[in-house]
Amino acid sequence: MLSRVADRIYWMSRQMERAENMARILGVASNMVLFGTKETRDQNLLAPLTITDSAERYFEKRRPVTFPALVEFLALDPDNPSSIYSCLKWARENAHAVRWQITSEMWETLNTTWLDMRRIRRADLAGGGATKFFDWVKDRSHLFRGVTYGTILRGEAFNFSRLGTFLERADNTARILDVKYHVLLPTVKDVGGALDYYQWTALLRSVSAYETYRGLYRDQIFPIKVAQLLILERRMPRSLAGCFDQITQAMERIEGHDRAAKRLASELHARLTNADIDEIFQAGLHEYLTDCLADMFELGQRIQRAYLGTA
Amino acid sequence: MGPVMERRQYDEMRAADGSVRPHFGPIADWLKETPAKRVAEKRREADLLFHRVGITFAVYGDEEGAERLIPFDTIPRILPRAEWDELARGLKQRVDALNRFLHDIYHGQEILKAGVIPPEQVLKNAGFQKEMAGVELPNRVYSNIAGIDLVRHSDGKYYVLEDNLRTPSGVSYMIENRKMMMRLFPELFARQTVLPVEHYPSLLLETLRAAAPPRTRDPVVAVLTPGQYNSAYFEHAFLAQQMGVELVEGTDLFVRDNAVYMRTTSGRQRVDVIYRRLDDAFLDPLAFRKDSMLGVPGLFAAYRAGNVSLANAVGTGVADDKSTYPYVPEMIKFYLKEEPILQNVPTWMCRNPKDLAHVLEHLPELVVKEVQGSGGYGMLVGPSSSPKEIAGFRKRLKADPANYIAQPTLSLSTCPTFVKRGVAPRHVDLRPYVLSGREVKLVPGGLTRVALKEGSLVVNSSQGGGTKDTWVVE
Repeated sequence: MLSRVADRIYWMSRQMERAENMARILGVASNMVLFGTKETRDQNLLAPLTITDSAERYFEKRRPVTFPALVEFLALDPDNPSSIYSCLKWARENAHAVRWQITSEMWETLNTTWLDMRRIRRADLAGGGATKFFDWVKDRSHLFRGVTYGTILRGEAFNFSRLGTFLERADNTARILDVKYHVLLPTVKDVGGALDYYQWTALLRSVSAYETYRGLYRDQIFPIKVAQLLILERRMPRSLAGCFDQITQAMERIEGHDRAAKRLASELHARLTNADIDEIFQAGLHEYLTDCLADMFELGQRIQRAYLGTA
Repeated sequence: MGPVMERRQYDEMRAADGSVRPHFGPIADWLKETPAKRVAEKRREADLLFHRVGITFAVYGDEEGAERLIPFDTIPRILPRAEWDELARGLKQRVDALNRFLHDIYHGQEILKAGVIPPEQVLKNAGFQKEMAGVELPNRVYSNIAGIDLVRHSDGKYYVLEDNLRTPSGVSYMIENRKMMMRLFPELFARQTVLPVEHYPSLLLETLRAAAPPRTRDPVVAVLTPGQYNSAYFEHAFLAQQMGVELVEGTDLFVRDNAVYMRTTSGRQRVDVIYRRLDDAFLDPLAFRKDSMLGVPGLFAAYRAGNVSLANAVGTGVADDKSTYPYVPEMIKFYLKEEPILQNVPTWMCRNPKDLAHVLEHLPELVVKEVQGSGGYGMLVGPSSSPKEIAGFRKRLKADPANYIAQPTLSLSTCPTFVKRGVAPRHVDLRPYVLSGREVKLVPGGLTRVALKEGSLVVNSSQGGGTKDTWVVE
């Protein structure tokens, strides 16, 4: 496969996954601002900015810390490169450049999503509109992934698409867990309190893991089990271990002579497989997740160099 | 356009006495019995589908290459089989002669020696590439893919309006229009046997593989595009996908030891045939325009060495130049010893003082075109221009007469077309695509372009034209 094409496909999938993750993060935030004191509300409002590393850009223009302003910036702002608007735009741009290497259903899904996105106005996101919008973004992402899985040849295009999707997802899960953990840490001692319960529930829901948690642990929500589920539970499709199962599979299928990227991917995979959640907590969850994020960044760089032609 | 002209033009559906021509019978019945509402619904559906699939084109000069739909008209343009067969014979003959002409002028130049064409017409032409002299091409084919523009005059005869021998576009619309019609109105295809055009991409692939350097086993073909902001990008992508070959941009290719390779995720891969949708000038910054960011350094040297084939060949522009066009009937007689089957439109060459005088005198009646122009840009349609526009054009013409040719204003035939108020006749042309590999082939049909504005004769999509499906029926 042409390096330029692989690059587009990889980023097309990353952008779509990023749009979905942003919708998930905002969806939870929209819920959380209904609870708690002013302080916890503000913390919850700031969390999406921290998770997506965009606080600095947000406050550059002296935007107020309100939910509508936040949504405008993270969902609709064409000048914010990680807004849902920008992600859907770039996913479609990338698809446009390689539409002959993907199936027409994949292209049509991304193209229709973008055409619909362009018609969405600020007023559409007022009140209950926001939740509807976030659900729509998730639906479009599910549809795109499903269409991809259901239509494309199991070749390099598929491999690079999967790689992009799961690297982005792993990155996002690590960030959500890290940031939410910071917000939640002071309240760990109040386990069982009403607010706390909603906070943890929201975190789980943001990665579609609430029902799974209930089903697997049949227990109240403990931080260490949440971490276990989102980091090490490989049956959980948004956990780091689950994502790395997919990443290493895709890497193994990719033809090519690179060693550096493939080696790092399987090292990370092995580390997740052999890890123990108690040890992670003893050494510090934040430190652990920081290392994970750095390793994933390095993996992304190596993939870029080995296959995608760093132009 | 006055009412006098209206009465004179040829209508594809109705004969002069108002009766429906037999091959249009089923469509005429269908138009009569189908409620306008249903047709309008279907048209909206078509628009939606085209948009979703992304069959759009970029318009030059529009803000940042904005994408637009080419309007699609759902009433097909129909040709009876016998008429098509005769056209096809004429097209093959013409393209054969043009390819022989190109081989000749880059080799023995017999046609110039025989005095059939003035040497300066060829040798001083901007499209003539001196570097192509003596280069041997597989099957001696220069224009592997040709698009010949035809119009039907009020006498009912077809005339060749121009030859497109460089990078003719529009064939994807021919195929997509057919798909759309079959999807929207399957019942119409039950009423009449419409000859298929959908195998065009496989004929194209066969043609391109036949153009591979001799002794290449299992040649690798790629389509070279200027990129996604090009107005015909959709088509480049579509054809690559339909043929199952790579769509490459200049930066995907590189030349090593006079051979061309693609950059891939698993290393380099050799390329044997490039279907390039890029003008000569942009192909190779080392050989042509130095500022070209779209081309591949060293490509032309690899090509001249015979290590890679380009389709179409470099240097075909000299043969489809509008000032070369008047000589095509002579080429047919000279190379094939045959009478031309398809007629040329009478043409005045403004570089001849006598012709220029005639043109300046009759400007309001004539169509004047730039010799290297395309896409309907830089032309004057006398009868539909204001005195001010004509005066402006007169100045440009006088300043550089050699840059222009003039033709009588043909009354393009009309075909029933959906307009705001129902169905009305609109002017159409026809562009069939001729493929030359080891032999000359074409699919039964082509692209029918329609001028949607009442009375307009300009069918180009960039100037408000639309397209129709073109049916050759048994």
